[in-house]
Amino acid sequence: MPRLNGERRHRIAFTLDGKPVSGEAEPRLLLSDFLRHVIGETGTHVGCEQGICGACTVEIDGRPSRSCLTLAVQVEGAEIRTVAGLAAGPETLCVLQEAFRARHGLQCGFCTGGILVSLNALFRDKPEASEAEIREVLSGHLCRCTGYVSIMEAALAAQKRLSGKTHA
Amino acid sequence: MEAKKVEDKSPWLGRSIGRLEDKALLLGRGRFIDDLGAPPGTLEAAILRSPHAHARIDRIETARARALPGVTAVLTGKDIEALTAPLLGVLKAAAHSFPIAIDRVLYVGEPVAIALATDRYIAEDALDLIEVVYEALPPVIDPRAALLADAPLLHPGLASNLVSDRSFRYGDPESAFAQAAFRVAIDTRYPRNAATPIETYGVLADYDPGADAYDVLSNFQGPFSLHPVIAKALKVPGNRLRLRSPPDCGGSFGVKEGVFPYIVLIAAAARAAGRTVKWIEDRLEHLAASSCATGRLTHLEAAVTGEGRILALDWDQIEDVGATLRAPEPATLYRMHANMTGAYDIRHLKIRNRVVLTNKMPSGLNRGFGGPQVYFPLERLMQRIARKLGLDPLAVIRRNLIAKEAFPYRTATGGFLDSGDYQGAVAAALEEGGIEELYRRREEARAEGRLYGIGFAAVVEPSVSNMGYITTVLTAEERRRAGQKSGAQATATVAIDPLGALTVKVASVPQGQGHRTVLSQIVADIFGLEPEAVSVRADLDTAKDGWSIASGNYSSRFAPAVAGAAFLAASRLRARLQRIAASQLNVAADEIVFAEGRVSARGNPENALSFSRLAASPHWAPQSLPQGEESALSETVFWTPPQLAPPNDKDEINSSLCYGFIFDICALEVDRVTGELRIDRYVSMHDCGPLLHPAMVAGQVNGGFAHGLGAALFEEQVYDGEGNLLTGTFADYLIPTVKEVPAPMVLHRHTPSPLTPLGAKGVGEGNAMSTPVTIANAAADALGLDEVTLPLQPSTLAPRLYGPERRRKEKTLARGRDAVRE
Ligand code: FES
Ligand code: FES
Repeated sequence: MPRLNGERRHRIAFTLDGKPVSGEAEPRLLLSDFLRHVIGETGTHVGCEQGICGACTVEIDGRPSRSCLTLAVQVEGAEIRTVAGLAAGPETLCVLQEAFRARHGLQCGFCTGGILVSLNALFRDKPEASEAEIREVLSGHLCRCTGYVSIMEAALAAQKRLSGKTHA
Repeated sequence: MEAKKVEDKSPWLGRSIGRLEDKALLLGRGRFIDDLGAPPGTLEAAILRSPHAHARIDRIETARARALPGVTAVLTGKDIEALTAPLLGVLKAAAHSFPIAIDRVLYVGEPVAIALATDRYIAEDALDLIEVVYEALPPVIDPRAALLADAPLLHPGLASNLVSDRSFRYGDPESAFAQAAFRVAIDTRYPRNAATPIETYGVLADYDPGADAYDVLSNFQGPFSLHPVIAKALKVPGNRLRLRSPPDCGGSFGVKEGVFPYIVLIAAAARAAGRTVKWIEDRLEHLAASSCATGRLTHLEAAVTGEGRILALDWDQIEDVGATLRAPEPATLYRMHANMTGAYDIRHLKIRNRVVLTNKMPSGLNRGFGGPQVYFPLERLMQRIARKLGLDPLAVIRRNLIAKEAFPYRTATGGFLDSGDYQGAVAAALEEGGIEELYRRREEARAEGRLYGIGFAAVVEPSVSNMGYITTVLTAEERRRAGQKSGAQATATVAIDPLGALTVKVASVPQGQGHRTVLSQIVADIFGLEPEAVSVRADLDTAKDGWSIASGNYSSRFAPAVAGAAFLAASRLRARLQRIAASQLNVAADEIVFAEGRVSARGNPENALSFSRLAASPHWAPQSLPQGEESALSETVFWTPPQLAPPNDKDEINSSLCYGFIFDICALEVDRVTGELRIDRYVSMHDCGPLLHPAMVAGQVNGGFAHGLGAALFEEQVYDGEGNLLTGTFADYLIPTVKEVPAPMVLHRHTPSPLTPLGAKGVGEGNAMSTPVTIANAAADALGLDEVTLPLQPSTLAPRLYGPERRRKEKTLARGRDAVRE
C-alpha cells in the first residue's frame, strides 16, 4: 500500500458490482461510509460499526468482509460485490433473493443485504455446505425481526435450487 | 357498522402472498432514513455524552472545538434551552426534562453538547476538543436504594425519587386473604433490557424562519400523542411541526418511540445553526442512551385454597424508569392494568404501584411493554403455588383459567376480555405439543441424572391501547381536572387516481411488519383486483395525511385497528362505486359485483364495465354522477372502538381493546457441567383471531420468541455500582444469533374478536411476554429452584448448580441490590 497522508484525501478506484468506480477518501474513511455516502450504494447497511451485526457485509476479492471494519483506502484496485450486485438482472431477483422473498426471510430488510452477500459466497464456494455450516455463517449476522426461522428456511431452499447449477 | 366481516371467499386475505415490500429490499434498494440524502449544506451532528451517572456541570469550554475547520457550531444545553421548553410528562409533579443536560447530568450517555460540522467525522473530532468540567455527585443505581430517605436526589426540585405512589383495591381482597387456606408469595426482579433494532435512530431536521415551522424526517414510530409534546418543546403550534417518516424503517419493536427527545434536540440545533441538520445514532449511543424497558421489582402474593384456586392477588410493584419520567411513562406500569389477573378468574386484588427514578437511561416503549414485567411474577407465582401445595403446575393453571362460557369477561380491574377459549387452547396445546412425550423425556432424563425441566405460562396478550389508560396513574380528581382521555383512533384513506387505480394511505408507520401487503390484500378483495394493482403508503406526513394522536405502530394495533379501518374505508368507497355503476348498467346497486378487474351486474357478465373505467369516471366526468351522489374520489375513515372509555372513579380501566391468548410450553435441559441451557422443545399456542397473513403472523411469533429468549438468557443493560454502563457494544449486550434460537412449534386457534372490523387481534408482542417466564419456569423445574433471576446465563446458573441453597439466596439478593452482573 502506498504511503498515505492523514491530512489529505486520496483518490481510490475499484470495481463495484462489476463496474469501475472511484472517489476521494481520507485515509480514515470507512468503506461502509465510502460506499454509502460517496458512491451512493446504500444497499449496504450499517447497524453497529463494531464489527458484530454483519449488516455491512460486502465481498472484497471474493471474501465476505465487514465494510465497517475496512478503510476505503484498503480496497484500492479490489473487486467489491454488494447486495446490489447479486440480482439476476437490473430489476430481477436472483435465486437466493427469490428464495428469501418466497420464504419470508426478511421483515424490515435492514440485516438482509449482509446476509445475502454471505450466503451467496457460501453457496458459490461450497455448494454442498451442511446445515450446520450454513448456521455457522449466519451466526455472523444479527437479525432482530425474524427469529431466524424463515432465514434458515430461505437459505436451505435457495441451496436446494442452486445445487447442480453454477451461481454467479 | 357497514359491511361487517370479511366475506367467506376472500381470495387474497388470509393467504401468505409474497410481500410488496420485499423486492426493493432484496435488491438493496430500500429507502431507509440514512439512504434518502439530505439538502446541500446539511450539517451532520455528533453528540458529546456524559461519562458520569450523576454530576454537576461546572463549565463547558467549546472554543477549541468551534475553531476546528469544518465545524459550524457547538451547542450546549444552555443554547438548546434558549430555543425550547421542557418535554412535558404524564405526571405534572415529576420533573420535566430537556433532551440535553443543562447543568446536571443524570445518566451515563446523557447528551451534554452537540457539534455540527460538514461531516460526521469532523463533528466527532470536534467532540474531542470540547472540555467539560464536572463535579461528580453520588449516583443511585438500585431502585430500592433510590427509595431510601437518605438517597441522593436526582431532581432537587422533587421531595424524593419516588415520583408516583398509587394504591388500588378491587373487590374485597382483605376478606379473601383472611379466608384463604394458604398465602403464597414471590419476589422477582425483571431486568432492564431493550429490543435493539438493527437500524439505529436517525433525524433530519430543518427550521423555516419565515413560517416559524419545523420540518423533521425521522424514523420515529409513534405514538403520535408525542407530536404535541415535541411541538410544545419546540415552542411552535402543532401545525408548525411537520413530522415525516421514511418509506422503510429498520425495525423498532417500540424502541423508536424513544427518538422523540432527539427530534427536539436536532430540530433546535437546526434552528440555532440556520441549516438542515442530520444525525444518525451510532450503536454505542443506542445502547447507552436511546431507550429501554423498565426494570421492575415485584412482590406478589396470592390467597389460595387447598386445591390451588386463587381467591385474591396482592401486587406491590416498583418501577425503575431511569433518570427521568419521559412520556409516555409510567405507561409501562399501567398498560397491563386491565389484565393484572392474567388469564385467570380472580375477583379480588390489591395493587400498589410505585415509580422511582435512578441514574440510568430513561425507559420507553419496548416490545411487550409492561407484559414481561407482569407475567414474569404472575406465572412464576403459579408454579410456586403448585410447588408449595404439592400440585401439578398445569392443574393450578387450569383450575384458575377463565371459563369459555364467561366471555366476554369483565376483569376485576375493569378490563373487557372480548373473546376466548382458554381451556380449549390449553388442551389443544398439550395435545398437539406432545406433552406426554415431554413428560416421558423428563422422566428418562432424570433417571439418568440429567437436569430436564418443563415450564408453562398462560398469558393474555392485550392489543390496541386505550389512549386513556395512562391516566390511571392520576387520581380520579386529578383526571377530572386534566380532562378525560380515551379511545384509539385508527385512520385509513382509499383514493382513486385518474386511470382508475387505487391507493391506500394509513398512518401505521411500519418498521418491517409488511403492513402494505396486508392492506393491498384487503382492498384487492373488496374491489375484485390483484394486490399488485393496489398501491399502499404506510409512512406518515403529519402535514398532509390523516392521523390522530393514536397513530403509529405500537400496542400491536395494525391487524385489529388499522387494517380494520382500511377495510371500512374501502367498503364505503365500493358502496359509492356500486351506486355509480348501477346507474351506468341500469341495475340496482346491490346487484353490482366486483371481480377480476371488472364491474358487472350479478348473473349477467355481459352487462359490465372495466373497474378502472368506472373508478376513473368521477375524475373525468363528475357531472355524470347519478343525482345526489357525491364524488367518489376517495374515502377516509377514522375508526375508534366505543369500548375504550376513560378510567372511571373506581379506577377501573379497559386498557386495551382486544385480548388474545397464549399458552406456552418449554422443555429444556441444563448441562450439569457448563450450566448451558438447551431448549428441547418450545410450543407456543396463540389465539389472535383470524390470521390475515399467516406467514407474517409466523414472523411476528418467531421474532417475538427470539426477543423473549434473549430476555430470558442473555439481555440486560448492566450498570456497575457507579452507574457506568457495561453493555455498550453487541459484544457485551448479547442478542441471540441463529445458533441460539430454536424454531418454536407454533399453534393457532382462531376465536375472532367481536370488536374489530376483521375479527383480528394483535399478535406482535405476545411471546415477548410469555417466553421469558416460560423458560424461567422450565429452568426452575429442571433445577428445583424457588427463585430464578433473569437473564439465566450459565455464569449465574453455575453457582446455583453447585452451591448450597443458602448461598444461592444471598447471591440473588446481592444481585438485586447492586444490579451488578456476577
Ligand atoms: S455495521 Fe459492520 S458489523 Fe455491524
Ligand atoms: S429483517 Fe429486520 S433485522 Fe433482520
